[in-house]
Amino acid sequence: MTTLQTAFEKARADKRAALVGYLPAGFPTKDGAVAAATAMVEAGCDVIEIGLPYSDPLMDGPTIQDAVHRALSNGTRIADVMRTVEAVARSGAAVLVMTYWNPIDRYGAERFARDLANAGGRGTITPDLTPEEAGPWCELSAAANIDTVFLVAPSSPDERIQAVADCCTGFVYAASLMGVTGARASVGAAAEGLVARTRAHTGLPVCVGLGVGTGAQAAEVAGYADGVIVGSAFIRRLLDAPDEASGLKAVRELAAELAAGVRG
Amino acid sequence: MTIAEGTLITAAGLAGNGPAGDDPDARGRFGVFGGRFVPEALIPALDEVAKVYAEAKSDPAFLAEFDHLLRTYAGRPTTLTDVRRFSERAGGARVILKREDLTHTGAHKINNVLGQALLTKRLGKTRVIAETGAGQHGVATATACALLGLECVIYMGEVDCERQSLNVARMKLLGASVVPVGNGSRTLKDAINEAFRDWVTNVETTHYLFGTVAGPHPFPEIVRDFARIIGVEARRQMLELTGRLPDAVAAAVGGGSNAIGIFHAFLGDQDVALHGYEAAGHGVDSGEHALTLTEGSIGVLHGSRTYVLQDDEGQTIESHSISAGLDYPGVGPEHAWLKDTGRATYHGVTDDEAMEAFSLLARTEGIIPAIESAHALAGTLKLGRELGPEATILVNLSGRGDKDMGTAMKYFDL
Repeated sequence: MTTLQTAFEKARADKRAALVGYLPAGFPTKDGAVAAATAMVEAGCDVIEIGLPYSDPLMDGPTIQDAVHRALSNGTRIADVMRTVEAVARSGAAVLVMTYWNPIDRYGAERFARDLANAGGRGTITPDLTPEEAGPWCELSAAANIDTVFLVAPSSPDERIQAVADCCTGFVYAASLMGVTGARASVGAAAEGLVARTRAHTGLPVCVGLGVGTGAQAAEVAGYADGVIVGSAFIRRLLDAPDEASGLKAVRELAAELAAGVRG
Repeated sequence: MTIAEGTLITAAGLAGNGPAGDDPDARGRFGVFGGRFVPEALIPALDEVAKVYAEAKSDPAFLAEFDHLLRTYAGRPTTLTDVRRFSERAGGARVILKREDLTHTGAHKINNVLGQALLTKRLGKTRVIAETGAGQHGVATATACALLGLECVIYMGEVDCERQSLNVARMKLLGASVVPVGNGSRTLKDAINEAFRDWVTNVETTHYLFGTVAGPHPFPEIVRDFARIIGVEARRQMLELTGRLPDAVAAAVGGGSNAIGIFHAFLGDQDVALHGYEAAGHGVDSGEHALTLTEGSIGVLHGSRTYVLQDDEGQTIESHSISAGLDYPGVGPEHAWLKDTGRATYHGVTDDEAMEAFSLLARTEGIIPAIESAHALAGTLKLGRELGPEATILVNLSGRGDKDMGTAMKYFDL
């Protein structure tokens, strides 16, 4: 089974950045999410983040809000998230769950860590959990042998970067800009500097997300980061597709374009 | 009143003269409640707000400026009104209103916004964003921004824009941009989500002027401190008027700022019972209510650990109330703490009970309250009957009802 560590080692051996794709469970449908995430892996994603749909996604822009709303309307529950993780893990990628904290808190943190590990999940990304509140979750995750990924931002002073990096295993997620998720015309100018500042505090891989959506942007980010994270651009392809088959095709094409990008 | 006296009142208000343990700890916790559950990108901004606020509250110049605005602009101190005809319907208990409805802009919200608008200047920021439910906080924020020359953007759920269209017009007239929020339940909680999205994008120039005692640390503490002048004044005025403290203090609870505002100065007075009234909407069994403290469970919403209306997997359940200002599925963490420690007691009041009290106060006293405040009045009618004619109840009349005329016309078929 692929772990985050082996996924990054493989990319490094290929002298390229890793490609990390995001998709919420239950979007466009429960089965459709499995099919789309599997296509993303087949076309070149090394790591997949399965989003846990949440009613109040205050870090997400309109595209992910829209997808998450549809997933919740489909009746997507945490059991579906776990099933999605299990199915996508079979495709050979390292699979993480990206979620706001409250669903884990309510589900029971220990139970969540155990169920995710049993489903073959490799860890979590929790965008609203900061080092001050993360201690118990890091301990439970370590006990379940899953990774914990947290975010640093362009606004983070060095001491915050250190505190966040100290909580991370697997990799550190560097937000390329100040803002919410969503594809943008250009990647934030602060991203490269943030990656450099983060490297000074950790030996873990540093991946860049927010605003990356094209092969050219992936190539640019791959020039200075260990991984490139793309979410909204995949969702946009699915939202714009007239039917599921053409949506899958579009997702596969985008993953291939990005995979070529991370190979420079 | 002399300037010196006014300054002393306000300074006491901000210094926090409640009992030990009423301030949050270094992580912003009231017991297990509060804290910060926000994107890391916002942590430096929250740290900056906390630091600048800590300096401001011990700076005599800041306190004097705040005090000056409260007295000469907001119309403080607000009076108490002994409502004898209304009291007859409350089991004969003596009901006394703290008249926050008489402040400039017509609600207690002006206290917090003037404080935070001054803080915005001190932070060196030029743009203010805020969420609003009933529109009272939006109007108050737009007012303070007009006064102090700050750019102002207000996020308001589409549903609320419709039921509070008068306040939308007021905000626009005051020079604010009003952004209708069309996602989720299209009410206050979604307006807060959207304001946070704006803040994380524009944090360098922008202060998020949070409107209630909820949200991430330090907002629950700052908003409380700016609102607690209500209770500081009322406590002194009660002693002057009645020669003793009230037996109970009553207030409506949505996010909880007017309630904390009047409760806080009484926290150390163990013989004074504190009663908060949440919106029971169509009734507790209908599922359509905003009974966060009385029916909710502990979770995280909008950056804070508190009581939340949520399902078994942590998805927020949409609240309902005839009153936009109480229509919120979360509540300030200090209220969660006061509930769990037993210092305050929280109850539900239905839409119908609130509207009956709304009408009753108008007919018996010539005062049209905000529907939010009418929840506290309805609770007081029940409480008075329990406590009997010897009791004195202080009620926070947190706002006036002009903004609710559309709702009242529909409800009473006027």
